[in-house]
Amino acid sequence: MLEISDLVCGYGQVAALRGISLTVARGQLVALVGANGAGKSTTLRAISGLVPARSGTILFDGQDVTRAGPQKMLRLGVAHCPEGRRVFPHMSVADNLAMGAYLRAADSSLREDYARIYASFPRLAERRHQMAGTLSGGEQQMLAIGRALMSRPRLVLFDEPSLGLAPNIVEQMFTIIGGIRDAGATVLLVEQNAFAALDLCDHAYLIEAGRIVKAGSGAALIGDPHVRAAYLGG
Amino acid sequence: MTRLLAPTLLVVLAALPLVLKDPYLVNALIITGIFTICAMSLNLLLGFTGQLSLGHVAFFGIGAYVSALTALGFDVGLPFGLRVTYEGGSPLVGFGLAIVVTGLAGYLIGRLSFRVRGAYFVIVTISFAEVVRLVALNWVELTQGPLALTSIPNMTLPLPGLGEVALRTKIQNYYLVLAVATLSYLVIARLVGSRLGRAMRGLKENESLALSLGINATRTLTIAATVSAAMAGAAGSLYAHYIRIIDPDVFLFSYTVTMVIMVVAGGKGTLAGPLVGGLLFGLLPVALRPVMAPEAQWIVYGAILIAILFVMPKGIVPALEALTRRRVARAEPNPALEAGAQP
Repeated sequence: MLEISDLVCGYGQVAALRGISLTVARGQLVALVGANGAGKSTTLRAISGLVPARSGTILFDGQDVTRAGPQKMLRLGVAHCPEGRRVFPHMSVADNLAMGAYLRAADSSLREDYARIYASFPRLAERRHQMAGTLSGGEQQMLAIGRALMSRPRLVLFDEPSLGLAPNIVEQMFTIIGGIRDAGATVLLVEQNAFAALDLCDHAYLIEAGRIVKAGSGAALIGDPHVRAAYLGG
Repeated sequence: MTRLLAPTLLVVLAALPLVLKDPYLVNALIITGIFTICAMSLNLLLGFTGQLSLGHVAFFGIGAYVSALTALGFDVGLPFGLRVTYEGGSPLVGFGLAIVVTGLAGYLIGRLSFRVRGAYFVIVTISFAEVVRLVALNWVELTQGPLALTSIPNMTLPLPGLGEVALRTKIQNYYLVLAVATLSYLVIARLVGSRLGRAMRGLKENESLALSLGINATRTLTIAATVSAAMAGAAGSLYAHYIRIIDPDVFLFSYTVTMVIMVVAGGKGTLAGPLVGGLLFGLLPVALRPVMAPEAQWIVYGAILIAILFVMPKGIVPALEALTRRRVARAEPNPALEAGAQP
């Protein structure tokens, strides 16, 4: 579904990605793990068109989308769930969800999708008129996931969904992400919580200093001595 | 509670002339109303998209000149020996043209500066206002320069059976300004609640997140600038046909400052904020005038502004909202606040 080859991107003089190649097959959950600053987020930002590629190609469903830009990528069915400040804090929960459907026409399918998301996240339904900034960290992440799903994506890019969340919420979050794959969407997951991501995924890539240094099944990477030493605490 | 603020104000203001007969006070209310429309239009940009236009008076002034010249007519020479002569016409057409021309100006400024945004937009708007002021001052053949455009006719309204009726009295102009202000409020309320309005607020709150959701920042902000400029242009037209004399001083920077004060003190990013700020800071000089010397008035004006922003940094309306929320929370414990604390 997604094929990246020799992708080079950067910010100003700094090259964040020095030639990344990776493949995400339809229906898979692929994890991209690595340390802070290795280029994980930049990879996702390049796919969704937020960071221009300097060279290399990105193919989505066989179509060259290297210079497509965020609107085109969303229309093609790629949703990005960014890290950090995940929601619009001074907008209501319902408005935040509506932002996820910004490019969609307001038809009856939209109402179905609200209902579906409120059914999967009852906490959001209870709080739909509340400002998103008043939600807990876990609820904000659920809102961000719900918002990404509002665009009816075929490929969802998750950037550090567990960052800053309480441990029991983290577990819940990975269950939700696994559920999105099981519902038929393809997922590319970027995580610092390497063990959880490798445990969940179908295939994984290890990125170091802007390059892919290892690839394999999640189990293979968990068993790899280099990965164990550097990312899983021995 | 703040949701009822605007309708309540409308009822009170609509009934006010029944008890208020002093022409000086009606005049003060008309001028205040005109600047409140400007403040509302500025709030659309500053409050809902986060972009500060420090040249907002340019749109007000252009609206005033376009409308006045449409009503008065002009006869100007252009390069290549061309000459444009226009007899003059209906002030109502001038009002419409003022909206169109200032909307276009807002669109161009937006297209020019929103690729870079932030500080660049501030600088472009300041420069634009200054350039327009210099044009008004020096293009004497068109604008009469510092001699001013005089004898501008009053606004007219087409009434069934009566034809176009000129609004000559203060009360008539008062209701005209009130009607335009109400309409402006409704336009902004409608816009802000729409899909486009969500995009504007999203860009203000978290631009990179908004971009990742497919929002076209330049386009969204340009639309906001266009609507905002057109609204300020409408206010300028009302001003020209009410005061009936305009000179290049309608482009003074201090008018922009007044608008910013109204928006910031009232509460930017709220619908009622510019109304409260506009009425307060529009009428404050009138209230202070009988009780103190002119020099002292501006000191007190400044002191009140500082005090408001010190006690209510987000403005009056957000402070009122927080107050009513706290009251509601005390009356019935809010489960949301108890269950999940902020991370």
